[in-house]
Amino acid sequence: MRPFTYERPTDVAAAVKAVAATPGAKFLAGGTNLLDLMKLDIEQPTHLVDVNRLPLAGIEDTPQGGLRIGSMVTNSHLAADARVRSRYSVLTQAIVSGGSGQLRNKATAGGNLLQRTRCAYFYDPSKPCNKRHPGSGCSAMEGLNRNSAIFGASDACIATHPSDMAVALTALGAGVETMTADGATRSLAVADLHRLPGDTPHLETNLAAGELITAVILPPAPPGGQVYRKARDRASYAGGLASVAVVGNQVAFGAVAHKPWRAEKTEAALAGGASAVEAAHAELAGAQDNGKNGFKIALVARMTADALGQASPGRGA
Amino acid sequence: MSSVKDWAAPNPVTENRSGIIGKGVDRYEGKLKVTGTAAYAYEVEPPSAPAYGYLLAATIAKGRITAIDTAAAEASPGVKLVWTHLNVPRQARRGERINPRSQRPSNPALAGDRIEFFGQPVAFVAADTWENARAAANLIAVTYAAEPAVLDFRASLDQAEMPQGEEDVLIGDFEGAYAKAPAQIDETYFSPLQNHVQMEPCATTAWWEGDKVTVHTSIQMVKGGQHSLAETLAIPSEKVHLLTRYIGGGFGGKGQAYDDLVLAALGAQALGQPLKLSYTRQQMFQATIHRPAVSMRVRLGAEPDGRLNAFAVEAITHCARSAPFVEHAANFSRNLYAAPNRLTGHRLVKMDIPHAGPMRAPGEAPGMLSLECAMDELAEKLGIDPIELRLRNEPDVDPETGKPFSIRQLTECLNTGAQRFGWSRRNPKPGQVRDGRWLVGMGMAAAIRGNFLLPAKAGVRIDGTGIITLRQGMTDIGTGTYTILAQITAETMGVTMDQVKIELGDSEFPPAPGSGGQFGAATAGSAAFEANMNLRKALAELAIGDPNSPLYGGDPTYVTFGNGNIAIENRSESLATLVSRAAPEGVYVEGAISPAADARDYSQHTYGGHFAEVGVDTVTGEVRMRKMFGVFAAGRILNAKTAKSQVTGGMIWGVGAALTEGNVVDNRYGSFINQDMAGYLVPTHADIVDLDAIFLEEADDKANPMGIKGVGELGICGAGAAVANAIYNACGVRLRDFPMTPDKVLEGLMAKGL
Repeated sequence: MRPFTYERPTDVAAAVKAVAATPGAKFLAGGTNLLDLMKLDIEQPTHLVDVNRLPLAGIEDTPQGGLRIGSMVTNSHLAADARVRSRYSVLTQAIVSGGSGQLRNKATAGGNLLQRTRCAYFYDPSKPCNKRHPGSGCSAMEGLNRNSAIFGASDACIATHPSDMAVALTALGAGVETMTADGATRSLAVADLHRLPGDTPHLETNLAAGELITAVILPPAPPGGQVYRKARDRASYAGGLASVAVVGNQVAFGAVAHKPWRAEKTEAALAGGASAVEAAHAELAGAQDNGKNGFKIALVARMTADALGQASPGRGA
Repeated sequence: MSSVKDWAAPNPVTENRSGIIGKGVDRYEGKLKVTGTAAYAYEVEPPSAPAYGYLLAATIAKGRITAIDTAAAEASPGVKLVWTHLNVPRQARRGERINPRSQRPSNPALAGDRIEFFGQPVAFVAADTWENARAAANLIAVTYAAEPAVLDFRASLDQAEMPQGEEDVLIGDFEGAYAKAPAQIDETYFSPLQNHVQMEPCATTAWWEGDKVTVHTSIQMVKGGQHSLAETLAIPSEKVHLLTRYIGGGFGGKGQAYDDLVLAALGAQALGQPLKLSYTRQQMFQATIHRPAVSMRVRLGAEPDGRLNAFAVEAITHCARSAPFVEHAANFSRNLYAAPNRLTGHRLVKMDIPHAGPMRAPGEAPGMLSLECAMDELAEKLGIDPIELRLRNEPDVDPETGKPFSIRQLTECLNTGAQRFGWSRRNPKPGQVRDGRWLVGMGMAAAIRGNFLLPAKAGVRIDGTGIITLRQGMTDIGTGTYTILAQITAETMGVTMDQVKIELGDSEFPPAPGSGGQFGAATAGSAAFEANMNLRKALAELAIGDPNSPLYGGDPTYVTFGNGNIAIENRSESLATLVSRAAPEGVYVEGAISPAADARDYSQHTYGGHFAEVGVDTVTGEVRMRKMFGVFAAGRILNAKTAKSQVTGGMIWGVGAALTEGNVVDNRYGSFINQDMAGYLVPTHADIVDLDAIFLEEADDKANPMGIKGVGELGICGAGAAVANAIYNACGVRLRDFPMTPDKVLEGLMAKGL
């Protein structure tokens, strides 16, 4: 087997240091994605730093009126938190639409953000994939790419980010706090956490080596209704064909790009007084059909218009 | 009639004095399974510490291995052996047979440098741990010379040929009658390739004692597996002891042995150590059999009153180039509806993908998705209720052979189902019923599935404590076979369930054909019944001939069994007392069943009616089940609970066939795009909200002495068509390409301006 070592620190700085100090080391949180990928020999960590004993499992009110969610809060706990349910219902809706009950019990806020694509070719080591082997090619580009990206894809990769939670966080304008290898903390917006594939689809986030997400920061919820809509092939335990998060006039799409996709053109159109349908199409005008995923363009447009209407019943269709 | 004893009329199962037959008793092995103590093939403890194997799979669809470098694998930690086609021990050539009575020929592993499909095992590694075996296998470098391969079924339909020996069935003048028909339907339906996706992968634990090998493996047919391995190893079949006590799903996919069986046995022999070998989840998709895709053209020519005058069902399907198999998707239609002018047949495309083979209700499952939707289309065209259309085409005798039906309750299934489901609530005009953003609709379909009985034996023994043990080389693939055999034994012998033991899945037990084609319950159950009847006779003779028995000298005609006793009127003693006194070593007898002499004189089937209500999301095209109800007629039901689980499980599978399930070949590689359970979607609990089924009272006296028939395949037959018809009724989108995923439904909604 591929030997790897394992440790389970109780101190955040020690965990960060351990990963930074060991080439090929990875953090292990819920393990719902990493362990599968290790079994398939796709992830090949030399050292696992288990972060489940770190004191990062709390949810606190922030002085600004938002919430600070420890990165080790499980998806189930986060979705069930009374404050989240009452003030950030879009987040609860998004989380419970993802995975299965068993997965949500294990998956964490930090890990959810860092899960890897569900592109079938990524999971099949017998096929070229620029994420697994940079430069080997993208099998999805000319392949069975029904579930691939319609925004922001490159010639190197048309994979999508699979998270539902991250789409809601993006629409909420949430941020993350991290600890970097040198022990410093920094903040960045969830919208800036993930990268577009470009020529380097194997680089998926803007985190540095060893950098650990310690918290997700929710700003005070903006006014307006909150809606999360996800279209999928079956009623549970299925990745989205597409999803839409609406928070007032803030809109993000899921399962359509290498990152949660903030629909800025839709938001601008809404600000300019456009109808829901017009606003939806404003963003979708830039979408790209890669062969078998073209249906997503109409799908997202319809879901967006409908979700906008649901979030703000007074808004014109 | 078959060999039911003349002196046992009414027979004890028919009489059902203690009421065990038909009762929904819990699974005989249920506690073992839910407590994790039922040892499946890979979990069986061998007599000493085992080695672990791993298979490396080919990554091209067709061609030749030109080089294979195993040096790094051989040097990898813990590795005990590495085999390729260059050094695998000698096996019989594929298809060879030493024993002419063997049920299966040789099926060697790593047999040559030819690659016939993506996923074909090309190397085998055994190591001290599974992880070391896998790591070493991944170090093997295989060089291939790829050759052009036929991988795209839809693009190859024009290359389809008539399967050898399978002429079309032509009755009357189909073309002439169709041309003149006032109402015509001519549509083509497509159902995709499907995988079995059993929870338990194929797996074997093997060890040798002298020149005899013991294999615990996951297979539906005990004798087939035993003979296949014996022929491959070129040893007598009695030198193979095959056991398959618990099976985590088969569905037809484990009707045959795979390379795990052969290489586990060969590896254990070479190492002088037990060996465990399993397919991975991905290999289960890529390297076992599948249900082939089917393209079905249906042409119906009807009178204005709905009576069919011209009827054609033509299927095009595919199989592997080297493994002929026909998905008989048109066969069911030969027995379903009356029509004087008929054409049915099959065409076959030879492809370079894994072997096509049987999967739950082979033929009916994909086939009924076509005709039962076409009937819905015809009903709408004629303005006739879809149930009424079917009733107007109900035949008096088998529409193809003219034989009488043994019993046929299709009409009763449809009428009962309509009433219980509330079919009268259905608005025949599509797209009329709104519930928020959902459009709601109802659909129905008929179900038909043949009934069979194969030769089988069973042995039964009673010991001095009165415990009765039934042994049979039968399998329980999760269907409830253990349980129904215990019920038959308890009822026949007049004892309680806890006085009965059932032992199955052993090649050294009296043989039974195994699980498949929904023949298991009737076949194994009838043999068990015969064995128990023979035990009754033996015990009656024992008592009557024993001067110490209160039954001594009595008339065997009046012997009864009940409450653990044997009795003649008010003279009785317990079975334990009798046996411990008169035959302290116990009494063992066997029984056998074979098809009745007149079995082929009747058209014999199981029937059903499916009713589905769905919602179609008008924004996304997502379809969600709201309600599903099935009514079935399948002979005497042995166990209300396990039989219902079988048909409801089939219905759920039908929901999957309609909405989610299918695989697609990537034409560049020859591999399936879905190779795990996150990609290959079967329904989850959330997809099945309100689903129920009932059985009609029935006993088919032409089937077997107990009047029972199979239920394992029936539930899926037609189920998906009811869902598809409900989608149409809901939103007016008529799809003919399964599964009906949101992208397809959405395209239809948009085309209608919705």
